[in-house]
Amino acid sequence: MSDSATHPREDDPDAEQASDPADADGPDAAEPAGEENRPDGETRQVSTGAESVVAALEAAGAETAFGVQGGAIMPVYDALYSSSIRHLTMAHEQGAAHAADAYGVVAGEPGLCLATSGPGATNLVTGIADADMDSDAMLALTGQVPTEFVGNDAFQETDTVGVTRPITKHNYFADDADAIGDVVGEAFELSRVGRPGPTLVDLPKNVTLDDTEKTPGPAEAPAGTDPDPRAREDAVEAAARAIEDADRPLCLFGGGVIKAEASEVAREFARTHEIPVTTTMPGIGSFPEDDELSLSWAGMHGTGYANMAITHTDCLIAVGTRFDDRLTGGIDTFAPEAEVVHVDIDPAEISKNVYADYPLIGDAGTVLEQLLEAVRDAPDADEWREQCQEWKETYPMTYATPDDEPLKPQFVVEAFDEATDDDTIVTTGVGQHQMWASQFWTYTEPRTWVSSHGLGTMGYGVPAAIGARVAADAMGEPDRDVVCFDGDGSFLMTMQELSVAVREDLNVTFAVLNNEYIGMVRQWQDAFFEGRHMASDYNWMPEFDKLAEAFGALGIRVDGYDEVAPAVEEALAYDGPAVIDFHVDPEENVLPMVPSGGANGRFALTEDQL
Amino acid sequence: MSGEDAAGMPGPAPDERPQPEGRRNLEGHRIDPVVEAEHDSRRAVISALVEDEPGVLARVSGLVSRRQFNIESLTVGPTTVEGHSRITMVVEETDPGIDQIEKQMAKLKPVISVGEVSGSAVTSELVLLKVHGEEPDKVHAVAEMYDGRTLDAGPKTITVQLTGDESKIDDAIDAFDQFGIIEIARTGQTALARGNIPTAPGEKPGTAGEPTTPNTQ
Ligand SMILES: Cc1ncc(C[n+]2csc(CCOP(=O)(O)OP(=O)(O)O)c2C)c(N)n1
Repeated sequence: MSDSATHPREDDPDAEQASDPADADGPDAAEPAGEENRPDGETRQVSTGAESVVAALEAAGAETAFGVQGGAIMPVYDALYSSSIRHLTMAHEQGAAHAADAYGVVAGEPGLCLATSGPGATNLVTGIADADMDSDAMLALTGQVPTEFVGNDAFQETDTVGVTRPITKHNYFADDADAIGDVVGEAFELSRVGRPGPTLVDLPKNVTLDDTEKTPGPAEAPAGTDPDPRAREDAVEAAARAIEDADRPLCLFGGGVIKAEASEVAREFARTHEIPVTTTMPGIGSFPEDDELSLSWAGMHGTGYANMAITHTDCLIAVGTRFDDRLTGGIDTFAPEAEVVHVDIDPAEISKNVYADYPLIGDAGTVLEQLLEAVRDAPDADEWREQCQEWKETYPMTYATPDDEPLKPQFVVEAFDEATDDDTIVTTGVGQHQMWASQFWTYTEPRTWVSSHGLGTMGYGVPAAIGARVAADAMGEPDRDVVCFDGDGSFLMTMQELSVAVREDLNVTFAVLNNEYIGMVRQWQDAFFEGRHMASDYNWMPEFDKLAEAFGALGIRVDGYDEVAPAVEEALAYDGPAVIDFHVDPEENVLPMVPSGGANGRFALTEDQL
Repeated sequence: MSGEDAAGMPGPAPDERPQPEGRRNLEGHRIDPVVEAEHDSRRAVISALVEDEPGVLARVSGLVSRRQFNIESLTVGPTTVEGHSRITMVVEETDPGIDQIEKQMAKLKPVISVGEVSGSAVTSELVLLKVHGEEPDKVHAVAEMYDGRTLDAGPKTITVQLTGDESKIDDAIDAFDQFGIIEIARTGQTALARGNIPTAPGEKPGTAGEPTTPNTQ
């Protein structure tokens, strides 16, 4: 243990106003290794645990981090001072976690977030749980009180490893400065191999301050965690025969297709064999929604035609989906006549919710390639394809647009879709606006739809837009638009991150679909609680355009149809963050809708049918 | 508010749409004669070989309780390989439930190998029983019948240790009941597969000092 570790309490800036954070780490504090010490492609020389952490991150390829400073994480931040890793200070750790998550979704590599011990770490929890439910690769680094205080209810101590155990793929307590770099590298890799997910390393302050000269080795996932990408040949053959024999085949592409970078081969598979395609909500973008074979996405608020197809298929080729109940509705009525071919990298997903007649355990891309080869004759399904087209005509996605107010939220989504390119990234909060953003936007590319699916976290949209913007910029794609559709309730939860968008001059358009309700709750109250609007009436909302201006962003207010196109144009043209507060019809409902646990084929088309 | 804006989407109403006849049962199986029957639950002994790292027991027990599996007992102890432990868990679940427990446990990073121990495995439990001490001779006689050992005998209480498989333990407890059982502490079943069969899949038996083959599936 180094000298500096023996006085960790007094110099804690959180504990005492008087001390100057600049010398908080005492004489032993890390000397910045400096760019010159780190020749390209080589891991830097390290002298402390914290430097080893940063060296490991650099070696693992991390380029961007989101976080908030604090006493226990200060040594790591100090080591970041001289690193090439870009750090964005967020307004709240929840924002850091969501931004890192969205960064990872867009960039296709693990996002990185940092927080101090105690409240910093607990503020990350929602974002970690969100990433866990959506199987998003992410590494969270948290400061921790010095090991000698652990377990004593020390200032800003939380059992972070204990708190995050059920919501991480794996988490670590780093108690050895010589090993800390390798642990961080391992955690980074583990988050992306196989089924991705968040990992966390808890970093006690004395360990990050400790001396070490141990340069971390290359980042490697633990043995046995990187599964075989190929499915068993005999299982593939059996599934191929079932697909060839099907009369009403249907592909169901989930988020796993996108994570596995399998969208290309998924498209080829469906087109080669002319099999209609529906996706799950996280699978949006895996297959172009303007393709004739596309039926858009299925589930509670999916299209009528997707839900008809999924109800009537006799062979469901499900790839990279965990059959969430928002997709399946009641299990007894889910694809009740279908033999299920289920492709998944995680064996635990097979037959967890829906029994798989043909389980194919492997990487989505690799297995789809295997299937592409193994299915020799396309299924004979002319009639079925015609039926699917007919359903598209019978149950079109429409909404009523009166000429004057109130403005319909769907119209706003369509206006943005028309004004932007296919590679535009959309992020959302959670609620009605999220559904409209997914229903009335035509997605054609993977990694353009960034939303909170499994956890359904209100407030995801704003920080996610920041993470998505930073990722697009880091990928050298500054011309891609990033649009965040948010609800008034969701926006209010994390809008403080606007300050970050302004500080970093991030080109993002925030479209608040302001219905002065937490609308999704209001819709359920109308449908299932006799219209008693308990705590869902949000007519106390601030003026978001003015708040945007207070933050230093462009603020616009829109009330009527005529104002939509000019506002969209102005906001998109504005070089920096812009907020449009769209005052939309407060009574508008999301349809179609499969009531919770209902039959997908019995979706309601009007509120009366619920 | 509801009803005012009954505007919706075009298309036939829910009950005017064709619906397939088929159904799935609660486990997601298509209902046909073979799979129609709902699975009955049964007892299973699951053995997991794990890395003996901090928190491994919390990880395993947390996972099991979070997923609402019905756990009867859980025992842990070191193996011949340094750094490895064996967790033996007895559960009462349906077959798909048992399968899920194994698959979920296999996902945990410190779990090297996990599987159900075959029905013919050797199982045993250790029990400490404290009974009233008024009739020491009778207590000793019963203890002897069940190969028990007296660990502590005083004027008021006698404490006996018993080991054995479940039915023997149950019988013994019944027999001791006549004296009045004051306290009881049971470890729960632990188990090893018979003969050459590895207890957890892929496990190489008795190779102290050598790493155990990791579970590859
Ligand atoms: C953090 C969090 N709290 C509560 C909920 C429950 N919830 C789901 S949708 C919703 C309403 C969202 O309202 P708003 O963001 O205004 O969007 P709208 O539905 O009006 O489009 C609520 C409260 C949630 N999903 N997340």
